[in-house]
Amino acid sequence: MTLAHPSLPRYLRIEQDKIEKIARSHGLDFFPVVFEMLSYSQMNEIAAYGGFPNRYPHWRFGMEYERLAKSYEYGLSKIYEMVINNNPSFAYLLEGNSLTDQKLVMCHVFGHVDFFKNNFTFRSTDLDTMDRVVDPTTKRGNGYDPNRKWIDKMANHGAAVRRIVDRYGIQRTEEFIDVCLSLENLIDPWSRFVVRRTVEDEEDEHPREVEVPRMRAKEYMDEFINPSEYIEEQKKKLTLEREKSKGKHPQTREQDVLLFLIENAPLERWERAILSIIREEGYYFVPQMQTKIMNEGWASYWHSKMMTGDVCDWSEIVDYAENNAGVMATSGGRLNPYKLGVELFRSIEDRWNRGQFGREWEECSDLDDKKNWDLRLGLGRDKVFEVRAMYNDVTFIDEFLTEEFAIEHKLFSYSWSNRSERFEIESREFRAVKEKLLAQLTNFGNPQIFVEDSNFENRGELLLTHDHRGVDLRADYARETLSALVRIWRRPVCLATRADGKAVVLRYDGKEHSSRSSDS
Amino acid sequence: MSLKIDQDHSRFRGIVRGKIRDNLRRYISQGELLGRKGKDIVSIPVPHIDTPRFIFGDKQKGGVGQGDGEVGDAVGGEGDEQQDGAGQAGKDAGEHILEVDITLDELADILGEELELPAIENKGKSRIIAAKDKYTGIRRVGPESLRHFKRTYREGLKRAIASGAYDPKNPLVVPQHEDKRYRSWTEDLEPVANAVIIYMMDVSGSMGDEQKEIVRIESFWIDAWLRRQYQGLESRYIIHDAVAREVDRDTFFRTRESGGTMISSAYRLAAQLIDQHYPSTEWNVYPFHFSDGDNWSMEDTLTCVEILKRDVLPRVNMFAYGQVESPYGSGQFIKDLREHLSGDERVVTSEIRDRDAIVGSIKDFLGKGK
Repeated sequence: MTLAHPSLPRYLRIEQDKIEKIARSHGLDFFPVVFEMLSYSQMNEIAAYGGFPNRYPHWRFGMEYERLAKSYEYGLSKIYEMVINNNPSFAYLLEGNSLTDQKLVMCHVFGHVDFFKNNFTFRSTDLDTMDRVVDPTTKRGNGYDPNRKWIDKMANHGAAVRRIVDRYGIQRTEEFIDVCLSLENLIDPWSRFVVRRTVEDEEDEHPREVEVPRMRAKEYMDEFINPSEYIEEQKKKLTLEREKSKGKHPQTREQDVLLFLIENAPLERWERAILSIIREEGYYFVPQMQTKIMNEGWASYWHSKMMTGDVCDWSEIVDYAENNAGVMATSGGRLNPYKLGVELFRSIEDRWNRGQFGREWEECSDLDDKKNWDLRLGLGRDKVFEVRAMYNDVTFIDEFLTEEFAIEHKLFSYSWSNRSERFEIESREFRAVKEKLLAQLTNFGNPQIFVEDSNFENRGELLLTHDHRGVDLRADYARETLSALVRIWRRPVCLATRADGKAVVLRYDGKEHSSRSSDS
Repeated sequence: MSLKIDQDHSRFRGIVRGKIRDNLRRYISQGELLGRKGKDIVSIPVPHIDTPRFIFGDKQKGGVGQGDGEVGDAVGGEGDEQQDGAGQAGKDAGEHILEVDITLDELADILGEELELPAIENKGKSRIIAAKDKYTGIRRVGPESLRHFKRTYREGLKRAIASGAYDPKNPLVVPQHEDKRYRSWTEDLEPVANAVIIYMMDVSGSMGDEQKEIVRIESFWIDAWLRRQYQGLESRYIIHDAVAREVDRDTFFRTRESGGTMISSAYRLAAQLIDQHYPSTEWNVYPFHFSDGDNWSMEDTLTCVEILKRDVLPRVNMFAYGQVESPYGSGQFIKDLREHLSGDERVVTSEIRDRDAIVGSIKDFLGKGK
């Protein structure tokens, strides 16, 4: 039994049933999908709200709406499909699209929903019965059917913010939301999967002896492997470190800056509520940012497999091909995540079908042998299903983007040239390209920033550190963001980072921005 | 149907309008908008409407792309249209300035609000409607000259595949009669201009580039405002030194002569134009004259006044004279005009000392609602 929205015409309902059956026969495993038919203005509206029919009020949704509506009106782009990670999943079809297009979208959507359900990163969006996020590492049994009522949750957030607006006025509320949005990306994408904080039990009453980790050794060898002078030395060092961090808050640096602020900043109740909402919604979108390439690749892999297999009839294939070519196009040297993803999945399938993996393959240096390598293993299909469950974009690219692939798809890295004042192709060398791509995807493309100390220099100032990995922060934005932090922390805020090769501490005290070199 | 997004959208527009309004005076005097004028759309850069965050500086970042090209070649796609949320890679490489497109009408409205310009009362009566053909659709029959090649080919390809005649190794598609598709058109009814601006400019030696630039900027805004008030608007351009002639817009702003100045020649020509083409029963007529105010002789000035009184003023909504200050001009003409025509409501004069005076001068000209 499938769910259906009343706006979905009968003939599409029939198609949905057909496609759903085909998708299942291929082994796809998805939440129930509700298709809804929208006019283009409704589509633009929902797209502006990030796919949700109900969000909290904020002008930037209006801005996004204008951009979408304009580009639709001028014929620059149009949104074909949208699907929400929710259980049941909601997917939107654009009214007036041809039947072929609608079928294409449906096939694509089932790919996405299978991905939502099975890829591990999305498990951090599972909710419990109180609509709180559950620990994604808990084991799941058979018949996995999590609560992902995010549409309701977002609507509740909307209602909560509207109540605040009624009380404090749209101006004040919106200004505070602006401040929170400046900090939206200061979250820890993996915090839901690992325990970062350990509660130091009764630390002050019974200070434990510092323990130096020892290497394993047979008893008679111990003195040689773990010499006692060395152990003593380490012990002193560790004790000293512990002394140093005593009374320091937070004890270890904290990447979930938003959580730290929610727990420690002097906020009013309504402000805390808004900041919590922004943080929660921020986390909801993290898996989608972490798997953009895989997710689109997987959906495209399946729409093309199904459309050219059982779904299209001959009269539709030309329209399908034209449309598909548009989606897959790489113009202006830009990397298209749909294209990159689908090609990687196909390459994995092909390699595992032909046994092009493992030690023997790696060690083979004969190009001709490699080219004709075919062990007829037929493991491709199983492998792609496994990959879609267990990888994210970073590990996906890291493991499966091979040199052959990079050459075949003409990948290059580019960088800014000061001399000619433009972006130029920097390299086609495999390692360089891959490194750049991975760097771009790490921490979903955001700088890694930590709360280091909430009582910096014993003045109650907040110190953040930027883990600098070769790319400076954008200076004017960094200053503005510091202002936003001061608005929340109500004391001066400092950021330790690097600029132009030098270590600097940026500081904003509520009136003036300053920056001092911190190279020792 | 009203949408939920409307409230958010109108608040966004409010922010943008606020920004535009703040900057309007600057834009007006700098003429920044002029180069950006598309069809009826003006792009206005509105700085910093996206939310500042800790993000990477663009220039050091670079990225990964796909396609042909040698090491050292430029990478295209800067500032292109975003694809629907397609990753952060490579997009928005340049400045982070949001360009908000607003229509000239909207811009004129903002200008009107800012300068408190009154709406104009329409003096002309009839509005002529003319038909125009537009190619908008596709149909199955039509002249060969209108055949749509791509559509025809696609139909042929579809038929070939459906009938099994298509051979991927020899992809030959021969369109048959029933494959052919033709462009078709519809008739659009368009209102024809019922207002006309006659721009006149002194191009004698004493009018320099700066003076012309001021005229150019000012005429852009006058155009924008009057266009907002009237369905259609025609513009005519007359340049003069000792003699006057009608030119096109480009020539109007580019020509520089070195002769003397006989303003009466321009007024005479303008009167002629109105006589021949713009009967005052149907047309709202707006002559605008710009000069540095250095006429040949007092005698010619008197002729001017006479022509204005007799041939021009009875037929126009208003007559505007803008005097641009130049290092060479005596600036006498505006005084003479004021002296002789001070009682006439239809005559508006304005001195434009420099670019910053443009705003005030627009208000002088258009503030009467004529």
